[in-house]
Amino acid sequence: MTEKTSATVAVTDDSFADDVLSSSTPVLVDFWATWCGPCKMVAPVLEEIANEKVGSLKVAKMDVDANPGTARDFQVVSIPTMILFKDGAPVKRIVGAKGKAALLRELADVV
Amino acid sequence: MTSSSTVHDVIIIGSGPAGYTAAVYAARAQLKPLVFEGTQFGGALMTTTEVENYPGFREGITGPELMDEMREQALRFGADLRMEDVDEVSLTGDVKSVTVGDETHHARAVILAMGAAARHLGVPGEEALIGMGVSTCATCDGFFFRDQDIAVIGGGDSAMEEATFLTRFARSVTLIHRREEFRASRIMLDRARANEKITFLLNTAVTEIEGDPKVSGVRLRNTVTGEESKLAVTGVFVAIGHDPRSDLVRGQVDLDPEGYVLTKDRTTATSLEGVFAAGDLVDHTYRQAITAAGTGCSASIDAERWLAENASGSTEDNTDPNGAPQ
Repeated sequence: MTEKTSATVAVTDDSFADDVLSSSTPVLVDFWATWCGPCKMVAPVLEEIANEKVGSLKVAKMDVDANPGTARDFQVVSIPTMILFKDGAPVKRIVGAKGKAALLRELADVV
Repeated sequence: MTSSSTVHDVIIIGSGPAGYTAAVYAARAQLKPLVFEGTQFGGALMTTTEVENYPGFREGITGPELMDEMREQALRFGADLRMEDVDEVSLTGDVKSVTVGDETHHARAVILAMGAAARHLGVPGEEALIGMGVSTCATCDGFFFRDQDIAVIGGGDSAMEEATFLTRFARSVTLIHRREEFRASRIMLDRARANEKITFLLNTAVTEIEGDPKVSGVRLRNTVTGEESKLAVTGVFVAIGHDPRSDLVRGQVDLDPEGYVLTKDRTTATSLEGVFAAGDLVDHTYRQAITAAGTGCSASIDAERWLAENASGSTEDNTDPNGAPQ
């Protein structure tokens, strides 16, 4: 296997409307921070999912430390929280680190 | 359902300090361990901040960084790490099987290192409000409670540590404990008591967590007088201890009444041949990163010796407890 560059995209409070709300494909936004251990657990799993779902799902990462606005708007008070956005609206909320199989199960009805 | 025909020497289940240390030792012993890290990989240290008492890091190291080092060290020696949860195991007989999703893997020896899971209160509202103000990870979520009033539940070291840590963010922290006595160590208790942002509410049990969609308060009952009351908080941090993650092996290896895996004498051998256990899954006394790492090492050495003594060959040979030399 060749080493792949990151398949996830970093989004910010400023780019959120363009990158997530206006996206034509569903976007899974991972709210994370550097100080959060469980966020580190879920990061490689999200990279894998992003790689496998190219074209049908975008995986975005939002650092809540630098971007507290979006987290506040969507009432994120625990990380990792992953929110799936479709057609500009949140359709699914997943709290806490989960494995690939469990995450894919959660996303199955949408992507 | 696919079943691999490969029979590994050893499968390790778990990935805290015990699991990764066992993986480092087993990999260096050329046992090519297959390690199921689980989705909560890294174990309990992934939700702690600074680890000040792990030897070799005189300035301290964060829990996640320490686990990352151990993980990379296991990888360096060729451990096969899988971030998947094990669904089922069959630990009797010469060849044990470990089922993950629709795949079954086989090994002659298994090391159990699943650790312990944070205990929940089990009161109405708790489950539904996880991620909406109910938290088991102060280091992850404290940031979101800046200038708010929050509660920490528990009377042990982790409750004191969390309450003290959370005063960096919160306007006030109420520490709710159902007894008057504390399991917490003197130094941690004194540190919390000296903090003017922390209020102690003793002999008090939480009976319900309220709020929709976010936590707005807790209902309380005085454990002595029975008097009921309410406290308005936006965050509830639960730190009432841990339970061993032994459900996977219940009914197969012997457990003590609290669910910890029993091991023989000073070894890591369980009640089943070829099955070893280490870390917080076994230990309700010390529960430190360094003791977990130590028993992970022991488990790997015990497994390696057991494999050598019960050298591979036909299954009939393995009925001889001394094993047939190759």
